[in-house]
Amino acid sequence: MKKNLYPLVLLAVLALLPLAVKSNYFLHLMILFLLWVVIGSSWNVLAGFTGQVSFGHAAFFGVGAYTAGLLFQHLQVSPWWGMALGGVVAVLIGLPFGAICFPLRGAYFALASLALGEGIRHVATIAENFTGGMMGIMIMPTFISKVPYYYISLALAVLSVVSIQLVIGAKPGYYFVSIREDQDAAASLGINTTLYKNVSLSISAFWTGMAGALYMNYMGFIDPHVVFSLHDYSVMAILVAIVGGVGTIYGPTVGAFIMVAFQEFFRTGFFGLFEYLGHKTGSSAVSVVGEAVQHAHVLGFGILVIVVILYLPNGVVGDWEKIKRNVFRISPAKEGV
Amino acid sequence: MAYFRVEKLVKKFGGLTAVNEVTFDVEKGEIFGLIGPNGSGKTTTFNMISGVYPPTSGKVVYGDREIQGMKSHRICHLGVGRTFQVVKPLGRMTVLDNVIAASFSRVNSMSEARSHALKTVEFCGLAPVQGILAKSLPIAGRKRLEIARAMATRPDLLLLDETAAGLNPSELVEAIDLIQKIRANGTTIIIIEHIMHVIMTISDRIHAINFGQTIAEGTPKEVAANQAVIEAYLGTDYA
Amino acid sequence: MDVFLQTLVAGVLKGGLYALIGIGMTLIMGVMGIINLAHGQLMMLAMYVTFVLNTMGVDPYISLFVAMPLLFLLGVVIQKFLLNPLIKVETILPENQVLMTVGIGMVLTELARFAFSSDYKYITTDYANQTFYLGNISFSVALTIAFVVALTFTAAMFWFLLKTDLGRSIRATAQDKDAATLMGVNTGRITVVTFGLGSALVAAAGCLLAPVYYIFPDLGGPFTAKAFIITILGGLGSTVGAIFGGVTLGLAESMGATYFGMEYEDIVGLTIFILVLLFLPGGFKRLTKV
Repeated sequence: MKKNLYPLVLLAVLALLPLAVKSNYFLHLMILFLLWVVIGSSWNVLAGFTGQVSFGHAAFFGVGAYTAGLLFQHLQVSPWWGMALGGVVAVLIGLPFGAICFPLRGAYFALASLALGEGIRHVATIAENFTGGMMGIMIMPTFISKVPYYYISLALAVLSVVSIQLVIGAKPGYYFVSIREDQDAAASLGINTTLYKNVSLSISAFWTGMAGALYMNYMGFIDPHVVFSLHDYSVMAILVAIVGGVGTIYGPTVGAFIMVAFQEFFRTGFFGLFEYLGHKTGSSAVSVVGEAVQHAHVLGFGILVIVVILYLPNGVVGDWEKIKRNVFRISPAKEGV
Repeated sequence: MAYFRVEKLVKKFGGLTAVNEVTFDVEKGEIFGLIGPNGSGKTTTFNMISGVYPPTSGKVVYGDREIQGMKSHRICHLGVGRTFQVVKPLGRMTVLDNVIAASFSRVNSMSEARSHALKTVEFCGLAPVQGILAKSLPIAGRKRLEIARAMATRPDLLLLDETAAGLNPSELVEAIDLIQKIRANGTTIIIIEHIMHVIMTISDRIHAINFGQTIAEGTPKEVAANQAVIEAYLGTDYA
Repeated sequence: MDVFLQTLVAGVLKGGLYALIGIGMTLIMGVMGIINLAHGQLMMLAMYVTFVLNTMGVDPYISLFVAMPLLFLLGVVIQKFLLNPLIKVETILPENQVLMTVGIGMVLTELARFAFSSDYKYITTDYANQTFYLGNISFSVALTIAFVVALTFTAAMFWFLLKTDLGRSIRATAQDKDAATLMGVNTGRITVVTFGLGSALVAAAGCLLAPVYYIFPDLGGPFTAKAFIITILGGLGSTVGAIFGGVTLGLAESMGATYFGMEYEDIVGLTIFILVLLFLPGGFKRLTKV
């Protein structure tokens, strides 16, 4: 029960947040955080637990977003139906991909998934009559206030994490990890590896697709360049999971928080520190550096990738012991076996 | 109709014929040994039986059913379990979790799988280490885990591939004990083994192959005295 | 008919350049099993080096002699400090090194953007933009030079890999790293040298391309994709294959541009990639083994 205490407390805090915090800016950040909880957690199902590392999750996100947008644009159906269908369509894209590419081992599956993301992006750009091409899709958001979107995101995040936790704690979870550890051994133990890889992929694509549909509804505008972005969605999903801890249930939640905060940190020039310093000291050099820092958030990401992979490959949650030892100088009471 | 039958199994890898028309029957409840020098085709035969790859030609008949060419997981569900010569622990899972994963082949709920796994772990003598990560086990433990996992799938026929290799004398005794316990429990066993002491002691009958072909079959005593077998292992000078 | 021949020529010439890009990557992939998703970004850097030297009046083809050693060094540093350490890191996901190269690619791109801004840059030369004619077919001077140089480098690579000790050590490491170590090959050093070599080769491609292409920080991505397609087409670790792959891609893009339209160029590459994954037994089978 103790294990569930932290998440429950977090949930209570998140549920009550909009009552205490009215700032739209802050709510926006929280919505982004919640979206990334969903995307990171679902990526983690396929990659962290089942060992199939996808570099193309933007494909599922974008397809979900476009499902919502196109439903409105072509059929005049409320894009909220996209929430229901976005996940399904993403799965429909994922299954043939899995059928073709699951036999590829290791890094080649990763590259095939990268090709999937990039391929769908190209198709969306070229098929102008259907998708609007580079013009994208624009819809009127249903709500003016951010609060409803916040609660919908929160509901989606909770639903995804809880359902993933239930699945991982039961037979499918054991099967996923067995596949990750040794596919041949898994098969000899009666595990239909093809079937379960597809189950894992479907769960993963479904939630990411729903997140994409929510994004369409919330932001009101999408285009291929944005929603199918390799760096902004595919790589970011990987980062969220890796920084937080792959192969753990709550790792991606921690990772989502860190990554969104990190991104905002750079984008605002260390939360406005440079601007402040520039005013205080009257020095233009500080402002210039501050501006550079603002534009440098992608650079910061790149460096973060490198640092995390070298020193914290199992993420904050996975390498927590290591962090305690090196950062907080807490030594283990005794050496384990 | 034999309990289990392998009929004229052939496996070719490109130009190399690894297994050449091997045929044998196994009786229910026996411990059937398969011996031969390195590279003689024993593990290849196991791989064909357990569905790792299909035979080039020939049949594997289990009861009234031909199972050659079936996928591994289906064969497992039919009641054939196996261990691997080069052990394949599910490294980042605990010993118990390894066996729970295997138990799910027979049950669906978490609690049933867990209790079944606990019993299997107990039966195979792994209870003291059940909470340890599989990758931390020494070789004897890993070999035992291979057996425990296979047992958790409740096989009627168990294929043991060199489960004694790498064990010290006391570990060997324990391994032999376990195998006999498994047979006493009602499981038929086909065992590949290099350590003569082990296979001669526990097998009811032995089938010897060399270069993919049968060279002898009979009781341990008969096979040990067979010219071709001695030649295969020790060279023509000793025949 | 002339249009067809023209397309053919353009494709083959471009293919020579592509082959050079592919050889670097296939070497890295074959020897270390490393998928270098920063390959195009390395080329981009070489192009900026050429640009800078050009503003100082240096001919782009002379820049080869500067850019290649520079990028060789960068490759050595990357392999030694960022990639080699990963071999020892114990993690759940083995694809860390791919992700690391993604990170490196991002850093290189942003550094270039910081130094040069996102504006397109051009290199001007007197002669490189001209064309000469054989019959009715026009040959771009720059691409022809590129083709010839690429061919020279390819031949040099062959000789190097087959006839020199270092080359043989590289091939040994590619075939079986452990066996090579047991034979006295310092495989740590070999991987470092190989990454350096691969980087130098793609740098050469960059210098050769610079006279006829515009330079901007984000061109790394598309070219990495092309490099990968070429490598897969030709088979991992095969220099001959890279040539075959490069020319095939060059021809396919050329045909696609002529007969379908300019915007289809990238789709051509992706289609080839998918077709190779589906149908090419050699390449595909290699990929399905661990």
